[in-house]
Amino acid sequence: MTSEATPLRDGPAASAHVLQALADTWRDPRGWRGMLAAIDHKTIARRFIVATFVFFFLGGLLALLMRLQLARPQLHIVSPEFYNQLFTMHGTTMMFLFAVPVMQAVALYLVPLMIGARSIAFPRMVAFSYWVFVMGGAFLYAGFALGSGPNTGWFSYVPLASSDYAPGKGVDIWAQMITFTELSALLVAIVLITTIFKMRAPGMTLARMPLFVWATLVTQFMVLFAMPSVMLGSTALILDRLVGTHFYNPVRGGDVLLWQHLFWFFGHPEVYLIFIPPLGFISSILSTFARRPVFGYRAMVLALVATAFLAFGLWVHHMFATNLPEVGKAFFTAASLLIAVPSALQIFCWIATLWKGRLVFVTPLYFVLAFFVILVAGGMTGLMLASVSLDLQVHDTYFVVAHLHYVLMGGAVFPLFGAVYYWFPKFTGRMLGERLGMWHFWLFFIGFNVAFFPMHLLGLHGMPRRIWTYSEGLGWASMNSLASIGSLVIAAGIAVFVVNVALSLWRGATAPADPWGAGTLEWSVPSPPPPHNFDSIPVVHSADPLWADPGGAEPGQLSHVAGLAADAREVLVTAALDARPQSRPLFPQPTVWPFVSAVATTVLFIGSVYTPWAVVWAAFPVSVAVIGWFWPDRAETARALALERRP
Amino acid sequence: MKPVGDNRPVPGQVLDVSSLPTYAFGTGSLMWWSTMGLMLIEGTVFAIAVMMYFYLRGVAAAWPLDAVPPELRWGTLNTVVLLLSLAPNELARRAAQREDRRATRLWLSVCVFFALAFLALRALEFTTLNVSWHANAYGSIVWLLLGLHTTHLITDTIDTGVLAVLLFTGPFEGKRFVDVCENAVYWYFVVASWLPLYAVVYMAPRG
Repeated sequence: MTSEATPLRDGPAASAHVLQALADTWRDPRGWRGMLAAIDHKTIARRFIVATFVFFFLGGLLALLMRLQLARPQLHIVSPEFYNQLFTMHGTTMMFLFAVPVMQAVALYLVPLMIGARSIAFPRMVAFSYWVFVMGGAFLYAGFALGSGPNTGWFSYVPLASSDYAPGKGVDIWAQMITFTELSALLVAIVLITTIFKMRAPGMTLARMPLFVWATLVTQFMVLFAMPSVMLGSTALILDRLVGTHFYNPVRGGDVLLWQHLFWFFGHPEVYLIFIPPLGFISSILSTFARRPVFGYRAMVLALVATAFLAFGLWVHHMFATNLPEVGKAFFTAASLLIAVPSALQIFCWIATLWKGRLVFVTPLYFVLAFFVILVAGGMTGLMLASVSLDLQVHDTYFVVAHLHYVLMGGAVFPLFGAVYYWFPKFTGRMLGERLGMWHFWLFFIGFNVAFFPMHLLGLHGMPRRIWTYSEGLGWASMNSLASIGSLVIAAGIAVFVVNVALSLWRGATAPADPWGAGTLEWSVPSPPPPHNFDSIPVVHSADPLWADPGGAEPGQLSHVAGLAADAREVLVTAALDARPQSRPLFPQPTVWPFVSAVATTVLFIGSVYTPWAVVWAAFPVSVAVIGWFWPDRAETARALALERRP
Repeated sequence: MKPVGDNRPVPGQVLDVSSLPTYAFGTGSLMWWSTMGLMLIEGTVFAIAVMMYFYLRGVAAAWPLDAVPPELRWGTLNTVVLLLSLAPNELARRAAQREDRRATRLWLSVCVFFALAFLALRALEFTTLNVSWHANAYGSIVWLLLGLHTTHLITDTIDTGVLAVLLFTGPFEGKRFVDVCENAVYWYFVVASWLPLYAVVYMAPRG
């Protein structure tokens, strides 16, 4: 520490002593305390990504069990009741514990680095969100392991999910898991929105933000509007089940379709919560490996925003088989067809980018190119399902299973793997193996199509979803066997990926700061980045700062920020639109309070499944923990006062 | 195209930010943005809960279901108290913006007093709803609406109380004035969201 008279200040000409002070200031504590007290966005995001991938592997294992059961007619590998739990847990895991949170987790890592910030806004809040998420997921799996798995499908329709038809704790645990994960997602959304609007490096106007940051911003606004619906819906469900309210009980004036409206008003936008961040991955990866900026930046941004708006007008197309008025269905058919327009616009912009670029074929680009094939196939069946008559014909059949896996795997998982290969060097400082990457890609791509393409035909042949077995002589056996073989090939591909990651961490090639020759700011810092991200905050003059001025700034042009404290967690806050520097607030220190608060919150949520009074008594530890979190430390306040400057 | 590898740009001119303030009011503060985000979420929750109310009313043969409308007395009195609480809240906000710690904590204390008053009235409100949450869907949605809003009253009371205590005891620094301003904005939101809820809970069953 230095004296107050001469505070250590950062800057491009700072000495090694100052850089050391910056790293020491921003580093998380070591040891077990660091485990619980960490607030560095990179640490938390890495843990978050690993947690979501653990859930992805678990969800995949459940799917393998289902494919094993369906491999031949009349098998008895699992019981019908357990099969119900399997598909419920699989869908719930993939949607709530993997696909939505993994996109937020990647954004938590990348956004500050892409916009030239030393931290995420509200780093303690992010730590809290991470803990709440992990505890919610663990609760669901603990219930499943102890025999209280939910068994009513990932959308838990009433009346099936009401206490009359689904006794036991499974559905209650499912509904509380929703509360855990949506709380986490909503807090992360606020953090990301604030970070993107207020913490961009000077000069990074909205029109110079990387497209991934735009995609993240749009997605987080969708989270704010979509997630309250399912939180309210699942709260009403658990109230019906536990304290005798009648929201969904027709005998006492309730209505079962109300659940479907609340669920799908969230559930359809959710597809886009999963699908829009990957559009940002694709833009980053394509532009790097086509060696040019993405064609039509403005059109891309407008298409993202249009997709987000239209996504809220589609939910009824999940309800075409209910007794809604036909004119309403016609409206939702039109909206469902309309959303193809911005999607197509983006695809044409990417094709133009590829067309005019000089392509470098590496694993991340393969995964992105596979996206085009698979998503377009899934989008085509989506257009078919938007038509009410066709939807009624194939409703609840394997045709829908095929469609949703083509859209979600093609639209999200393929680009996500591309993103992992692309940013892994930044996350870990090691390159992933290219040869194993190719094995992973081809096994995954071929396995995916072998597993899911036959399901289109199975659906057209009338095989319903969610059946635990089928009789011989229906003509479904060979295609089911094929699908099961495909699922094993997918598993082999995932195994290769895990081996690749392990080998790379063990003895992979060391990654330079910018292994791909990319243009955005995250590649200007070492791999992995130091605790403070940037030795000095850059001043930005274009959308691809590393491409625009590879040899450094022109003479007389501003290139770097100087004057932030190096021995305190000072960050630069800039104006929302034009990123003019506004203030230099002091950020908080690492602390265990977010962890303690998450434990208290978990006690409240889990306790309320067993007794409604938990909401009352567990509110006290939650309040104490949150107040302890907020209450300022004297030493910390003294340091703030030393740096303080009034507006 | 530059070569692959380390490519930190060579420094040009430097932008010195050491003279910038360490905190800012309004849109300059991160707290303003997070409070806005919270209000968007909570506003969406209230809007959807109100839609649930009218959805259930739409499928009902008669409304309210087997109940008389809630009594107006406590709810109306509480609305008046909530509206009156805007005055000390605004005075606390203005004092905070002037960075007058003494006046800020005085008016925040008055706010806590108002908060305790409307929490007591809210308890009485629950006793005059004339329906239980487990009687029928009408009772369920009315209790849900009032329960949701009460949760906001309780949390905002605790927020305001903790902030007021901190202003008396310290440790204190200038950015707490920003916290008071954002707390006031959230208080406005809690009061403003009550007005449509009052109309739904008390007027809709009479309409």
